[in-house]
Amino acid sequence: MKFLSRFYMALIFFILYAPILVVIVFSFNGSGSLSHFSDFSLHWYRELFRDGEALSALKNSLFLAVTSSVFATVIGTFAAFGISRAKRRYYQVAVETVSKIPMMNPDIVTGVSMMLLFVGVASILKLSNVLGLWTMLIAHTTFNLPYVILSVLPKFRQMDKSLTEAALDLGCTPAQTFFRVELPFIVPGVISGLMMSFTLSLDDFVISHFVSSPDFKTLPLYIYNQTAHEVKFSMYALCTLLIFVILILLIAVNLAGSAEDRKLRKKNRAGAKGGRG
Amino acid sequence: MKKQSVFERLANAPHLVWSALFIIAPLLFVVYFAFTDRDGGFTLENILSLSSYSGTFVMSLGFSLIATTVCFLIGYPLAYCMSRASEKSRTILMVLLMLPMWISLLIRTYSLMALLDNGGLVSTFLTRLGFQKLTFIGTEGAVILGMIYDFLPYMVLPIYTSMTKLDKRYLEAANDLGCNGWQTLFKVILPLTTPGIVSGVTMVFVPSISTFYISQKLGGGSFDLLGDTIERQFQNAVTYHTGAAISLVMMILILISLAVMNKFSDSEEDIIV
Repeated sequence: MKFLSRFYMALIFFILYAPILVVIVFSFNGSGSLSHFSDFSLHWYRELFRDGEALSALKNSLFLAVTSSVFATVIGTFAAFGISRAKRRYYQVAVETVSKIPMMNPDIVTGVSMMLLFVGVASILKLSNVLGLWTMLIAHTTFNLPYVILSVLPKFRQMDKSLTEAALDLGCTPAQTFFRVELPFIVPGVISGLMMSFTLSLDDFVISHFVSSPDFKTLPLYIYNQTAHEVKFSMYALCTLLIFVILILLIAVNLAGSAEDRKLRKKNRAGAKGGRG
Repeated sequence: MKKQSVFERLANAPHLVWSALFIIAPLLFVVYFAFTDRDGGFTLENILSLSSYSGTFVMSLGFSLIATTVCFLIGYPLAYCMSRASEKSRTILMVLLMLPMWISLLIRTYSLMALLDNGGLVSTFLTRLGFQKLTFIGTEGAVILGMIYDFLPYMVLPIYTSMTKLDKRYLEAANDLGCNGWQTLFKVILPLTTPGIVSGVTMVFVPSISTFYISQKLGGGSFDLLGDTIERQFQNAVTYHTGAAISLVMMILILISLAVMNKFSDSEEDIIV
């Protein structure tokens, strides 16, 4: 049984990773063939870096990911605070449901609906070419928001109400209480919301596809355009680089997480000993 | 009850304004476009013309149902095996499962295409083995395989999460009370992991039925799924109205199926992890 389950896991993970490995290996293939590996070469990487468009797409992607995730985190954190404090239950449910719409809807519907909004408003105002950086920023902030709320709201709900009450009793204004007592407590939720928004924004293709213009392209849009007609080995090089960046980030996050775990455990153990002694 | 302070009341205001402008208003625009013609007059023409797309609806539904079922059949045992592994190997398995989710879907689809392409590794290997020259790209199988390959991790993760939350004592109790392995699976484990299954199925079904990149790349342009159809309508301002009508119908269908599925799981399980 144990052998069988190991074999099964190995098989599925092999299938899951085989195509990715093929891309990595063949990005170093000098001959540009998909079946014969002839010689190790960095030819496709050089080609990629010679392409100014790729670099500007990377810059656009990073800029958009940073700004939209920060916007979403600020709006979403205050929103989570407001929702957790709302007195009426149905109001809470209604606001939460609406904010989750972009998460439940297929990306293509979200993209199409935002495009129609921008195009419709532009035609009312008699503007042309509205699509671009601003529409991308609005769209990315919008689809990031539910993820921020979802990771921050539970923190507010877990928080001990008496801490807030104590702060208020000791003379803090509600705003001071928020910044001095509640914010420090919810920081882990805020950070995970921020990171999730950042990666979602970096990764998004479908929604961006509908609200972008040719003069503001992000990395996924660039890859889409490049792969539209033919197999391009410089895209294999780009994919390989991206995969390694993701791998390093993921390992770093995991190591940081387990280091924190260990610290916490140590602290707990020390605390337990101290208690006994 | 204490009265809410001004700060508490205003904290949610930016979000409310944002939701109204950029969540509600866009959906209203979809409805508006779906029910108007190019001059802005009310018409049912767009909705009625959808009957010519019924083949697309059926094919998309079929493809994504097959993909979702296969993902479940592969993913459920995988999640089970993962949840039974030792704590140390579970961390590694989690990273292995998460990594593909972090890699862009474009990259993963493109890499699958590299593997399946004519002259790619798989077809070269099979030809060497003596099979006739096979073409994968442009077949139904390739499109469905693409959906399975791209979305399998999204099936496994929520199921795995609800497996690890499962109290082991239930299994012992079932065992003590005389259940054999299969009975335990069907009477205890499956019902208790329903929330995970529901979110897994949602997370595979919704992107599968609305995809257009997978069918473009792996279908070689010979399959028009719902996503492809919608995407094409929005390339040209003339057909925005038909595109809006298809999007509207698809959205309503998906929301209904989500509502039905959520009836099956009453827990307030978060969809994302």
